[in-house]
Amino acid sequence: MTTLPQSHIRGYLRRDGRKGIRNHVAVAYMVECAHHVAREIVLNFRHQKWGGGVAGIGQVHLIGFPGCFPNAYAETMMEQLLTHPNVGAVVLVSLGCESMNKHHLAQFVADSGRPVHTVTIQETGGTRKSIGEATEWIVSTIKELERTKSVPMGIEELVIGTICGGSDGTSGITANPAVGRSFDLLIEQGATCIFEETGELVGCEYHMKNRAVTPELGEELVRCVAKAAHYYTVLGHGSFAVGNASGGLTTMEEKSLGAYAKSGASPIRGIIKPGEVPSQKGLGGGLYLLDVVPDGEPRFGFPNISDNAEIVELIACGCHLTLFTTGRGSVVGSALAPVIKVCANPETYDRMRDDMDINAGRILNGKATLDEVGREIYTSVIRVAEGARSLSEELGHQEFILGYKQFEPSGPACFPSDQRIAKVA
Amino acid sequence: MTELDKRLILLSPEDNCLVAAADLPAGSQVLIDGEQVTLPHTVYLGHKCARYDLRQNDKIIKYGAAIGHVTVDSPIGEHLHLHNLVSDYIPTYTHEAGAQFVSHPSHPSHPSP
Repeated sequence: MTTLPQSHIRGYLRRDGRKGIRNHVAVAYMVECAHHVAREIVLNFRHQKWGGGVAGIGQVHLIGFPGCFPNAYAETMMEQLLTHPNVGAVVLVSLGCESMNKHHLAQFVADSGRPVHTVTIQETGGTRKSIGEATEWIVSTIKELERTKSVPMGIEELVIGTICGGSDGTSGITANPAVGRSFDLLIEQGATCIFEETGELVGCEYHMKNRAVTPELGEELVRCVAKAAHYYTVLGHGSFAVGNASGGLTTMEEKSLGAYAKSGASPIRGIIKPGEVPSQKGLGGGLYLLDVVPDGEPRFGFPNISDNAEIVELIACGCHLTLFTTGRGSVVGSALAPVIKVCANPETYDRMRDDMDINAGRILNGKATLDEVGREIYTSVIRVAEGARSLSEELGHQEFILGYKQFEPSGPACFPSDQRIAKVA
Repeated sequence: MTELDKRLILLSPEDNCLVAAADLPAGSQVLIDGEQVTLPHTVYLGHKCARYDLRQNDKIIKYGAAIGHVTVDSPIGEHLHLHNLVSDYIPTYTHEAGAQFVSHPSHPSHPSP
């Protein structure tokens, strides 16, 4: 057994006690009508150094919500994203007549101890003046952010998410189980790890149930997958495709297990919904399932229209960074929180190595084992948390997408207390 | 653990199937848990073969979980796929008819090889 690498993470301490591994400025449009202005503000910081240092390059990130109609889910998501530990300051870009409550959001951000500035385009006097005003504010605020003190941060303070996208026959046998092994190592060190996409876990519910820390949570896990199965059935989507068989997959539960392998072998500590942060529920480290499928009958279409919608939900649950496994070769990163890409297929890696942080396909060439790649992913998590840029960060990827959804709050069975767990054990 | 061929992947210690890390033509000699085995059929990259001599109706364990059962006796090294392995899972549409998920009574966390 080789020993795990030492970590020397320094985080930016926020008022709520959480620590960030980045100190970004979030520029958020409150409606699609303010999107262009917000983007132009961010582009001003794309390639220029401000304050004589490197601060400014890749430090200003664009997020936002396009809808004009109010939606509780979107409001919760915006609250969590704007007060994410990786965010140091916030600009809200409002047209002036949208439904998103910018006054509440500005207060929410101010109460979190962060500098916040609202630009209302209709009042400021249009596109040019709004871009100018916000840009000036960011230039002076970045200088303040440069003085933010960093403090030592332990692995147990890290929250790590995982998703898969652009999967192929290799994903389930290299990258996904390797991420699962890195999750087990991180959880041993006390970290919080989150996996998701219940629609791809159909067939794994009884196995998950056996991993739950309480029987009640086990029942909730089964219910959660049944909800996803129903949702996708109504949408006419999601089942075993004949094409899967040529890659060696024989049954649907086997296909699901390939995605499920990202979760590793640790006990399942709870189920969360988008915007629910385990530490804010008084819960510690361990493995959580993020239930991304809306409650009630399908209303707003597919649960997640693309991989980045899921990454944004992981970030809203407090994830400092996300492990993204891909076989065919996705290139995305994310706004606010780094993405580390783990490539499952050695041929894809050779073709797209500039985008791939980890070559899990070496397992197929006999050049590495799952355990070795799991350790390599663990090390990469530590290094990126210490400040090293992942390749998607280096390439300037800052994808972001947020749409309409509806959720009921999670019930108490989803967050078993330590006392309850001790009693069951 | 005893020695396993580099061209085969054991995803979880309790598994009774192995995944090919390369195309392995029929007649290939592979090392399974220290034993020299001649593959009776071709096992392509990503496909599975038996880790032990399996009996008809044995659950197949991959990732430490059941992915179905074998419909015929399948010796060590045998290719496991659509011809001899079937799902235990009831497709989701049967939920609407009030059917239950299949539970795995002999739950396979620690199957006897």
